[in-house]
Amino acid sequence: MKLTDLVSALSLETHAGEGNLARPVTGGIVSDLLSYVMGNARAGDLWVTIQVHPNIVGVADLLDLSAVVVAGGQEPESATVAKAREHGLALLTTEMSAFTLVGKLHELGVG
Amino acid sequence: MFSIRYPVLGGAYFLAGRAAADVKQRLGDRGLPGEMVRRVVIAAYEAEMNICIHAVSGEIEVVVEGVQVQLHAEDRGPGIADIEQALAPGFSTADAKARALGFGAGMGFANMQRCADTFAVCGGAADGTRVTMSFIPRPQEIMAGGST
Repeated sequence: MKLTDLVSALSLETHAGEGNLARPVTGGIVSDLLSYVMGNARAGDLWVTIQVHPNIVGVADLLDLSAVVVAGGQEPESATVAKAREHGLALLTTEMSAFTLVGKLHELGVG
Repeated sequence: MFSIRYPVLGGAYFLAGRAAADVKQRLGDRGLPGEMVRRVVIAAYEAEMNICIHAVSGEIEVVVEGVQVQLHAEDRGPGIADIEQALAPGFSTADAKARALGFGAGMGFANMQRCADTFAVCGGAADGTRVTMSFIPRPQEIMAGGST
């Protein structure tokens, strides 16, 4: 499954990384604890969180995650968007809760 | 041999992760196995965050000798009163600000220990904390090859 398929299927809003939406999503992780993600994410995972600060981009970049989706209608800080653009990281948002989003991602075959 | 030192400033969350990002770049450029680089980078990030969260300031040093990597983190801060307790997964003394940002979950040392091939921490309460880790390629990492 490619990011672009998920973006259109779930109407996710793209804030950064428009050029990297062809990237395959090979798995998923959901957590708001950065060390949990550091310890458990695999390269290519899509990360669902409600954290909005720039460190989420740092973590996603270090781990080669395919995208970060900020759920629950949270708005990423402008510094977060800027950093995601700088790194070419797909930064997406949705009004859906993390719970609902993860359910839908799983239905679509991510995981 | 190659070594590099990174200063880390306590409380500067907006800067945190820069050392780990540079380590990733440099070790990747040197052709070390991708999965091994990933372990070093995760450990470096956790060490960097520990300084950022708990200390006034500190330094991360990375030494590369052939395919072996050593990582030293040293800080000027409160030290660790009870090392056994600090190493227990889930234990943390991070403040509310750190926790609100998703840090301070008490998983940092566990991640470092899992990633490193040797790990030592010394945290005399008066003179800050020192963490030393070393990394060597694991057989499956050599099989898998270059940087991710």
